[in-house]
Amino acid sequence: MDENLRREIIMEHYQNPRNKKTMKDDTYEKVNTNNASCIDNLDLFIKIEDQKIKDITFDGEACAISTSSCSIMITNLIGKTIEEAKIYVENFENMINEIPYNEEILKEALAYNEVYKQNNRKNCALLPYKGIKKILDQFN
Amino acid sequence: MNREDFPMLQKDIIYLDNGATTFKPKQVIDVITDYYSNYCANAHRGDYDISFKVDQSYENTREKVRKFIGAKQKEEIVFTSGDTESLNLVVRGFFENIIEKDDEILITQSEHASNVLPWFRLSQKYGCKVNYIPLDDNHYVTLENVKKSITPNTKIISLAHITNVIGDIRPIKEICKLAHEHNIFVVVDGAQSVAHRVTDVVDLDVDFLTFSAHKMCGPTGVGVLYGKRELMEEVEPLNMGGGMNESFDSVSEVYLKELPTRLEAGTPNIAGVIGLGAAIDYLEKIGMDNINHYENKLRKYLIDKLITIPHIDIINLESDSGIVAFNVEGIFSQDVAYYLNKYNICVRAGNHCAKILKKEVGVTNTCRISLYFYNTEEEIDSLVDLLRDTDKIMKEML
Repeated sequence: MDENLRREIIMEHYQNPRNKKTMKDDTYEKVNTNNASCIDNLDLFIKIEDQKIKDITFDGEACAISTSSCSIMITNLIGKTIEEAKIYVENFENMINEIPYNEEILKEALAYNEVYKQNNRKNCALLPYKGIKKILDQFN
Repeated sequence: MNREDFPMLQKDIIYLDNGATTFKPKQVIDVITDYYSNYCANAHRGDYDISFKVDQSYENTREKVRKFIGAKQKEEIVFTSGDTESLNLVVRGFFENIIEKDDEILITQSEHASNVLPWFRLSQKYGCKVNYIPLDDNHYVTLENVKKSITPNTKIISLAHITNVIGDIRPIKEICKLAHEHNIFVVVDGAQSVAHRVTDVVDLDVDFLTFSAHKMCGPTGVGVLYGKRELMEEVEPLNMGGGMNESFDSVSEVYLKELPTRLEAGTPNIAGVIGLGAAIDYLEKIGMDNINHYENKLRKYLIDKLITIPHIDIINLESDSGIVAFNVEGIFSQDVAYYLNKYNICVRAGNHCAKILKKEVGVTNTCRISLYFYNTEEEIDSLVDLLRDTDKIMKEML
């Protein structure tokens, strides 16, 4: 991905994050995700019905990479089945960890395809994924 | 000052995180290497020459610490693994034995975790209360507010001499005087102060003082607990074992050594303690007053430059130590730190372990600059130039 496009995508999702709001609704499950080594701290609110992700919102304080990564993850996951979501998450993690992955399904999340070069930023990009996995892992 | 002494400063790096830890001069590194290379034996086992030398160097450091902080007796100086352990030793080894359910402990919301959590645990275990001395508009502790916070049940006041985010210097001497009139103990966390100004425990009249070697050009893994002799006599060891016992035969026949050895069970951090001794020699050679004066000048230089930048919000404009906490408008503190890191400038972003401070200042996270005597005006110029342009920060922070 071109560097300017990468920056544009990340900044767009950082400055205008999708679904950034706290949900006080019992049909949503809340999960917190934070990085022990830094100050990023996000809550995810996830609504799953019939093995399908109906909606996700998030809230909290985090850096540009974590915030944008969360916004993009949410955009990509809403509407997916649990199984599809697990595959998506695995592919994103593979990209960050320099393991072969399927570019197509990651869409805008490809903007992080060079994060592996900055060790201290890897955890930022992975932060929302750490959170969503806590929910997805409940479904076998 | 003295930049040539620091191997870390020979690298292309601008280090402004001295509140976290300081760099080490070669005088300290050499002394540690010398111990490991030339007389690497255990302490308190002086049956042969090199071990005797270890004892001498180890106990000489105790004497250096005593003089450095103005304590009366070397028995009042105990080596620990760091400031955190020192605070935990006071709380668990001393206050646990005298605390009662109705007692109150006064701290503030700007304390570091190590001066909060040990008291929280004491409260959880014994039902005593932890209360906060209100801070003034500058987030300072005033004597007036200490006075107002004292009740007949107040037993302990525990404060940092200088806080690690606001950087304010507390009026410890006056607080001690007031506290002692009410039979209140005063514990002072010296982590951010001992390295930066002259400390005189007798003049201040503190009951306990704690600090770390690594924040004062010494090695990691060593700290000091100072306590007045009569109080230290009552501190119970948290660790039992070798070196600290006189003799033992059975459960009912255990005899411990005198202070300070009684509180230093097991093989101590010998290299670290000897390194601390070298760090004290080093700092004294420069002169604590010179260090303090230079840092104040440098802070003023930094503040004068930062206030000219409209998008910089300084949290502790009025403070008088080398600590400056700020935010760049509209940019998360961690992104600012990442951006500066690209230019090899090290600043800290986050809550700086002062997690209850946000209630007080209304800001969760900040960038923190903490200066030391080896920082320069040129370094500050580089930093300030990089902070001038928000578009540049936004463009390069990813």
